Amino acid sequence: MWNELEPVIFDLSSPGRTAYTLPEIDVPLSPVPDGYVRDELNLPEVSELQFVRHYTHLSQKNFSIDTVFYPLGSCTMKYNPKVNERAAAIEGLTQVHPLQPESAAQGSLELMFKLQEALKEISGFSAVSLQPAAGAHGEFAGVLVMRAYHQSRGDEKRTKVLIPDSAHGTNPATSAMSGFSVVQIPSDERGNVDLQALRSACDETVAGLMLTNPNTLGLFEEHVLEVCETVHACGGLMYGDGANLNALLGIARPGDLGFDVMHFNLHKTFTTPHGGGGPGSGPVGVGEKLAAFLPGPIVVKESDFYKLEMPEKSIGRLKAFYGNYGMFIRAYTYIRMMGPDGLRAVSENAVLNANYLKAKVSKHFALAVERTCMHEFVVHGDIPGTDVHALDVSKRLIDYGQHPPTNYFPLIVHDALMIEPTETENKEALDAFAQALIAIREEAISSPELLHSAPHNTPVTRLDEVKAVRNPVLCYKG
Amino acid sequence: MNIDPNARYTKTHEWVRPEGDAYSYGITDHAQSELSDIVFVDLPAIGDSFAPGDTIGVVESVKAASDLYMPMAGEIVAVNESLADAPESVNADPYGAGWIFKFKMADPAEFTRLLSADDYAQFTGD
Amino acid sequence: MPYIPVTEQDQREMLTEIGIHSVADLFEDVPVQHRFPDIKLPKAVSEIEVLDELYGMALKNSSTGCFATFLGAGAYNHFVPSAIPYLATRGEFLTAYTPYQPEVSQGTLQAIFEYQSMVAELTRMPVVNASHYDGATSMAEAAIMALNVANGKRHKIIIAPFVHPQYRQTLRTYLPGKQVTIVGDENPQASLSDLKAMVDSDTACLIIQNPTFFGDLLDVSNLAEAIHQAGALLIVVATPIMSLGLLTPPGEYGADIVVAEGQPLGGGMNFGGPYLGIFATREQLIRKMPGRLVGETTDTNGRRGYVLTLSTREQHIRREKATSNICTNQGLMALMAAMYLAYMGKQGMRQVAELCYHKAHYTAARIGQLAEYQVLNSGVFFNEFIVQCPRPVSEINQELLKKGILGGYDLEQDYPERKNQMLVCVTELNSQPQIDRFVEALLALQGV
Repeated sequence: MWNELEPVIFDLSSPGRTAYTLPEIDVPLSPVPDGYVRDELNLPEVSELQFVRHYTHLSQKNFSIDTVFYPLGSCTMKYNPKVNERAAAIEGLTQVHPLQPESAAQGSLELMFKLQEALKEISGFSAVSLQPAAGAHGEFAGVLVMRAYHQSRGDEKRTKVLIPDSAHGTNPATSAMSGFSVVQIPSDERGNVDLQALRSACDETVAGLMLTNPNTLGLFEEHVLEVCETVHACGGLMYGDGANLNALLGIARPGDLGFDVMHFNLHKTFTTPHGGGGPGSGPVGVGEKLAAFLPGPIVVKESDFYKLEMPEKSIGRLKAFYGNYGMFIRAYTYIRMMGPDGLRAVSENAVLNANYLKAKVSKHFALAVERTCMHEFVVHGDIPGTDVHALDVSKRLIDYGQHPPTNYFPLIVHDALMIEPTETENKEALDAFAQALIAIREEAISSPELLHSAPHNTPVTRLDEVKAVRNPVLCYKG
Repeated sequence: MNIDPNARYTKTHEWVRPEGDAYSYGITDHAQSELSDIVFVDLPAIGDSFAPGDTIGVVESVKAASDLYMPMAGEIVAVNESLADAPESVNADPYGAGWIFKFKMADPAEFTRLLSADDYAQFTGD
Repeated sequence: MPYIPVTEQDQREMLTEIGIHSVADLFEDVPVQHRFPDIKLPKAVSEIEVLDELYGMALKNSSTGCFATFLGAGAYNHFVPSAIPYLATRGEFLTAYTPYQPEVSQGTLQAIFEYQSMVAELTRMPVVNASHYDGATSMAEAAIMALNVANGKRHKIIIAPFVHPQYRQTLRTYLPGKQVTIVGDENPQASLSDLKAMVDSDTACLIIQNPTFFGDLLDVSNLAEAIHQAGALLIVVATPIMSLGLLTPPGEYGADIVVAEGQPLGGGMNFGGPYLGIFATREQLIRKMPGRLVGETTDTNGRRGYVLTLSTREQHIRREKATSNICTNQGLMALMAAMYLAYMGKQGMRQVAELCYHKAHYTAARIGQLAEYQVLNSGVFFNEFIVQCPRPVSEINQELLKKGILGGYDLEQDYPERKNQMLVCVTELNSQPQIDRFVEALLALQGV
């Protein structure tokens, strides 16, 4: 339950209690040699009812999209349609072994092929691999593809990746993992990439630029065509971080704008559920000249037969099997339910909702940049004249039944609160959120203690994170 | 913010102080207060040698990790083992019990090229 | 328009508040020549029609629900108790985000803490992270961790040829950014002693799979000591994970990092994903470990609570110096694995493992009696074994399909010298009648 401490499952156990049933053994027993058998396995021993209550109680301690407004900037916490879950549970689609003969898996391969095609069309790319399991994994694929492309042309000098200072942490982490060094490009006062700085940084040692568009300030790159041209002119490639694609469906195609490679986040734009931390899915799309390098295998169609094939000069496989297929079913279902007009309506309304909320909120909180935003916007969450910071505002929002926005990101804005309402919220929800923020602003002046000690109405109050790091307790010790 | 008049400073908020035939090293009061509760210090090993600008360790708080830079060439001769159990002494006493390691400087003239206590005070605006 | 609640009235009011005339005005920053492209996709359909389309696709699959399945090789056909999807797909679990706001995420956080605890017991490794994408990527990240533990001073990774081929391929995709060599599997017959002999002062780690990809249980006595003496790490791939219900866990024979595919624990086969990367290590190595970690602590009232901890290893803080770039992991799959381990519990996990073991040995014994087939495993195996067949495996499998049977894995695809060799897998879902039917079908394919 919400406010009661739920015992750890080990503490609910009683020796000899069981929940499971299994068939009786119907074959003769074979001896198990000494020295290979483990002594014991101290897992819980609970009944099915205890099991159900335990996990039901735990679930009731979570905020979720199904229960509250969740304006987490950059995460696109939009509604997860239930038909997706029904689709993803169709046994004929899911009880399929990845290694069974292709002739026995034509249905699954057809679904994957159609999703590849749909993503290509939506983004303006020539080829798509569905294999990466998450956005960061897709970024890794994309950067490795860039690397492979340069190397295939005998170009060994390109050791750097350019990354704007507003970028998500996965961008530099991915570049480092791929063996590149990172050069940070500053943003200008309008939140765009500083063109001057970009031009000075572009030379024949640059493999490419990783650009999120709209960026993490929620702003469309005003000089996007020039940025792409500048990078291309020095022989570099344009990588698009597709995390913010919810603003661009039917509005602009990254392939058309000049991007050479981009990853999608199916768990953001395409409504596959976040699951408390995954699974996600991060397919990667590329233009013509990079298609041969995609990770694989991918699905191709020969006459009416669907097959798995490694692209000609593939960077290789990024994981076992083909990607988070359960998410493909959901994303495909969503794309079919929306159609091209629906997808455009998604982005139009995501951007409309964000601008409406921005108009209301910016009367009380300072905007990071004064411009029309796309699907999200950033304000400073501190309240001048008080010692209230973005953290306090966020924690107090919880007491108002709202999930806080993204905190302290992007790093270039102090006390950042990044707010992304999405198109699936109605006007009343937006108004309620704005009201809560206004009330909190007043509390910051009249009774700041309420904010510093927030949240109050939750299963736990603020947690001692210092203790958690100094003396890590990472598993149950009895 | 406290500043130890016997030490010299870097622009990356570290202090260096002569002690016998070696030098002691740590982070400044300004740095520890920015990091807030320090939870871990990643120490170098005795015998490790470094060039100027090398990263020699990390100081971690809950929400941040700060690299420690070697301002000149040298070799580590001692490390503060007590920081493994009590990293918070870097917060409590950054110039004393919160010292991080001691090293031999390859070129002692390098010491005078660091910021003086007054220059550092000016740099941090304290 | 499904899932978009805005009405015309709402839109008018919102446009007024913003101070613009039409929604199109919001997109003036988009270069006009690329604005509002024509997306050539089929028109939207209703729920009825999309489900119909998907049922149509499902009919083109031979699903393991309807076929007797003897195929393993990294993805396993196990039963998922009904209570697990029932609870795991609750909206409060399914539609929650990563628990960065712990006060409103105690459900997810405690569930993952319990997952870490149960996997720690299963593997007998003290520190378990909150998941990786799958067994293959866990293994690749374990190798990278070994390189980091050696501070970049060791450049060799030794990997056994009896590690899953797709895992070894993934490792090679992950490492071009590092100056390292990967050796050990150039000789497909290399034994554990051969590999031990290769370990030297430039070796960061030795990676083995136990049970091996071919099902064999290795003799690991004195293995860890030898590796540690050379200053290297021992990485064990514990796939199939069900083996740990019965067999000695790697934590007890000196493993430094244990990785595995967690799919059998409550996750269906799902044509390859989403799966679950299990990753566990020793306490001393915790700061070099990638992935999220949930830790226990207390709140301002002293109440027990859980938080993500040791976050300074991760990308959102450390950026290019992070231990990994991983952000979204496989959270819900970890939840389902925790549920499976809790539901099956102490006795159930043992019983499933025993069912797999005994059924596999029965199958092998019966196949061994067929004149033209031989079981090639000479030592102990868990639930997978190699069968030397009289004909190419792909042909046999096509014939088996006609009889409603999914045959084992064609090893020649990855090990060219293993002609006509099939890797057979047997689980608790293979009843004796099914096994007998399989053996009879194999018998019928003899003498051609």
